Amino acid sequence: MYHLNWRPVFQNFDLLWHGLLLGLGLALLSLALGSIIGMLGAFARVYGNRTTRSIATAYTEFVRNIPLLLIIYFVYYGLGLMGFQLFDNVWSFVVALSFYSGAYLAEVFRAGVQAVPAGAVEAGKAIGLTPYKTMQFIVIPLTFRIALPSLSNTFISMFKDTSLAAAISVPELTYGAMVINTNSWRILEVYTTVAIMYLITCYALAGLLRLVERRYAMVR
Amino acid sequence: MIELVLNNAHLVGRGLLVTLESSALVIVIATLAGLIGGIGLLYGPLPIRLLLRIYVDTIRGIPLLVLIFAIFYGLPALGSQISSFAAAILAISVFGTAHVSEVVRGAVDSIPEGQTEAAKAIGLTFFKRLRYVILPQALARLIPPWTNTAVELVKSSSLLALVSIVDLLYSTDQIAARTRQPLLFYGVAALLYFIINYSISSVGARVEKKFTY
Repeated sequence: MYHLNWRPVFQNFDLLWHGLLLGLGLALLSLALGSIIGMLGAFARVYGNRTTRSIATAYTEFVRNIPLLLIIYFVYYGLGLMGFQLFDNVWSFVVALSFYSGAYLAEVFRAGVQAVPAGAVEAGKAIGLTPYKTMQFIVIPLTFRIALPSLSNTFISMFKDTSLAAAISVPELTYGAMVINTNSWRILEVYTTVAIMYLITCYALAGLLRLVERRYAMVR
Repeated sequence: MIELVLNNAHLVGRGLLVTLESSALVIVIATLAGLIGGIGLLYGPLPIRLLLRIYVDTIRGIPLLVLIFAIFYGLPALGSQISSFAAAILAISVFGTAHVSEVVRGAVDSIPEGQTEAAKAIGLTFFKRLRYVILPQALARLIPPWTNTAVELVKSSSLLALVSIVDLLYSTDQIAARTRQPLLFYGVAALLYFIINYSISSVGARVEKKFTY
């Protein structure tokens, strides 16, 4: 019979709490870096010439069809084996998640860029903005506002993806669970707690982002 | 370099076979259970609807890795004799079923109410309505999100490597470390994953075209 004993979990709760915060930080940082990649990819596909268009398409199609864990292993172990010890495990994960989510974000932003009303761009031209300024003040801000709902969904799934950082010993929430589990063998208690923490965080994020959307999202 | 690949081809192949086998198993289980789950979400009696809704929303809010660890280590702790492969497959299937259920619910729910009313008006029973009126139309709308889910499940099968099941990713990891040729072997693995998923997507697109009225 399995006897529940929650004490090891609560005694080590700071491990889980710090792990949760680190996971959120990793997701946020990767979202920022991934958004830069995604924006570049989206612009390349919409406005680029044939070469940049096909490079961007190849990147999004390829990366979205391979597992994130493979990218993490490649960045962390693979690059190291090749003699490029550029990143520690935390940064390896950020690089991997940014590269992976960049492909998804490129699709999100591409839909956004294409939905920017032609009239808004023409209005920019009419008041004498240069093409660069039109991008800066009209297309990019509108893209973000149009893409906001998809962006928040992507962010939530990125937060869940941070659990894979445990595979390379990044001390986030899932890794905290593994450590407590190894030390105390309170399997059910640890994983129930961690699952509930992920669940609450995901729904809290979803609720928060809905509020942001209500304020800023632009309905096409 | 070619020689290196050929020398390790049987190991890559063995891993690939595990990945294909587990992905296929999970996709089949998740699709069948998800069909039932999705229809239950829409037409089940209130308690069943409620339970399914809690199941689907809970599973979709938890990372797959946590689910895999919980089932992989949790079931034996509860005294179950399940094999490690079966436990991992069970975990990914529980995850996949939740996602497919939601996909099925969305597709069936998108069929206009008038279709059900018309089918009722000509006297079809519940199952005949589903079989001849609702599902054939829902199928075309089901295929694109189902394909996405299937691709996600193939990618998710790489998490088997984290519970020491020698799938494509695990064997690649080993070979890359041993031969010190990570670019080559991770490249091969990425390409194989891409081919599997790309085939699923293109078959999906073809089937979708066939069922669109």
